[in-house]
Amino acid sequence: MSYLKIDHVDKSFQRGAATTEVLKDISLVIDKGEFVSIIGHSGCGKSTLLNIVAGLTPATSGGILLEGKEVNAPGPDRAVVFQNHSLLPWLTVYDNVALAVNKVFGSSKSRAERHGWIMHNLDLVQMAHAKDKRPAEISGGMKQRVGIARGLAMEPKILLLDEPFGALDALTRAHLQDSVMQIHAALGNTMIMITHDVDEAVLLSDRIVMMSNGPSARIGEVLDVRLARPRKRLELVSDRTYIGAREAVLKFLYERHRFVEAA
Amino acid sequence: MGQPVLKDTIAGATVVTLPGKPPEVVSLPAATSKPLGAKLAGWAKAAMVNLLPPLITVALILLFWQLAAHGPQSSLPTPTKIWEEAKDLIVEPFYWAGSQDIGLGWRILVSLQRVAIGFSLAAVVGVLLGALVGQSVWAMRGLDPVFQVLRTVPPLAWLPLSLAAFRDSQPSAIFVIFITAIWPIIINTAVGIRNIPQDYRNVAKVLRLNQVEFFFKIMVPSAAPYIFTGLRIGVGLSWLAIVAAEMLTGGVGIGFFIWDAWNSSRLSDIIVALVYIGVVGFLLDRLVALLGHVVTRGTATH
Repeated sequence: MSYLKIDHVDKSFQRGAATTEVLKDISLVIDKGEFVSIIGHSGCGKSTLLNIVAGLTPATSGGILLEGKEVNAPGPDRAVVFQNHSLLPWLTVYDNVALAVNKVFGSSKSRAERHGWIMHNLDLVQMAHAKDKRPAEISGGMKQRVGIARGLAMEPKILLLDEPFGALDALTRAHLQDSVMQIHAALGNTMIMITHDVDEAVLLSDRIVMMSNGPSARIGEVLDVRLARPRKRLELVSDRTYIGAREAVLKFLYERHRFVEAA
Repeated sequence: MGQPVLKDTIAGATVVTLPGKPPEVVSLPAATSKPLGAKLAGWAKAAMVNLLPPLITVALILLFWQLAAHGPQSSLPTPTKIWEEAKDLIVEPFYWAGSQDIGLGWRILVSLQRVAIGFSLAAVVGVLLGALVGQSVWAMRGLDPVFQVLRTVPPLAWLPLSLAAFRDSQPSAIFVIFITAIWPIIINTAVGIRNIPQDYRNVAKVLRLNQVEFFFKIMVPSAAPYIFTGLRIGVGLSWLAIVAAEMLTGGVGIGFFIWDAWNSSRLSDIIVALVYIGVVGFLLDRLVALLGHVVTRGTATH
């Protein structure tokens, strides 16, 4: 049985008399422990797809099955790391993670266990040292780390990352990509990541889902990235499989599905 | 005296700083006292910059007033005359000499107590109603027009109705405070809640926060800057309304004192009372602003 199944999902938005079809017949099966990236030009509906999986946006038709059960409302089993971190600015780093932990494990873990779990997750993203800082006092990369810690702390069945590194500079982004790889290797989470960065997709993913341009975006192609883990950024630069995968994605995005409006 | 010992034991060239140490012990307190002096000078300067201009303005107003109201047929008492006639009111705000012969401080406290009750009720009900209007589209469509009409009704216009309903001056005055302060609190809270970023709502949805948790953990802190704007306007309006309400309902408050003074032609007393009201109103506003500043320091800096 498949772990996560996106089953014939359509999504259209109604505005007055006009109907815009954003996603058309999206079907995808994701295995447990898999890291899947969804890549496509902006406006192709990849964030909408992630929101449908998260339950934040209802699908027009079709549905999402998690471990064989339909999910159509948001919940901590599908934790989201938001693009702009979405930390609550009035809470400290610790309290932001605590909000999630206390809600999800309030009845199943003791106070001390919850504290340990919060600190464990902050340690995972190397943010334990800043636990008493407020989001405004830490850098963008640090905020995103805390966002990831909050997501992980919910112990989700699947972690959804919505362009998590989009707003970061290249160096910080590389650091965070390495962190995510380490966490994925250590915990074996199932992750879906939205991105528009080809290198990021190839480096992190087991499979890359390439989406055609909207409206009515579909899954254009799915690429298996057969690179051994752990992957090292520097060694991969000259790796033939890496170069091949990168080329395949670039060709898809810039030859067959050029984003006309951006030209 | 510690020098030779250390030199002997370590016997190295690394401990070079030691010879300079004993005399430095003396210079340490001098070093800390200097910044203290500089700090005091800084405070003095800040006080000068902030306090001197308003003091000069007040002095000039008093001088002009003194000169303008100096004539024998002037209807307004001069500042010196006020000082002579109402000195007891000015220097002794908390004297007590019988039920109607008490210091202005006591009267202010009575009025403040009414404001505190009416305003607290308005704050609680206002935030709850504002949350409802801000959160639910249907509640907004149904209630907002009603609120927009009611909020234009002047505070005192409610007084006869509340006297008829409560048949007593004390609850009537409190009701007038309540009904005056509640509109800006409702409207600002609703705006604050409508402006909660979608991201925070999504976080709440993913965590499956229930209504109560969402209210206390997301809504109130997120809308706090707006709520406090409403509270600040509300407390100002309350203070405006209580003086007017007390002039009509009688009793002990500062408003009735003014009315009473007018009936016995004690213009000096009225002027002193006005100054009291102004200062207390200013302090109330600052108090709520300070509270808002403390509570929203997290949200204000994002």
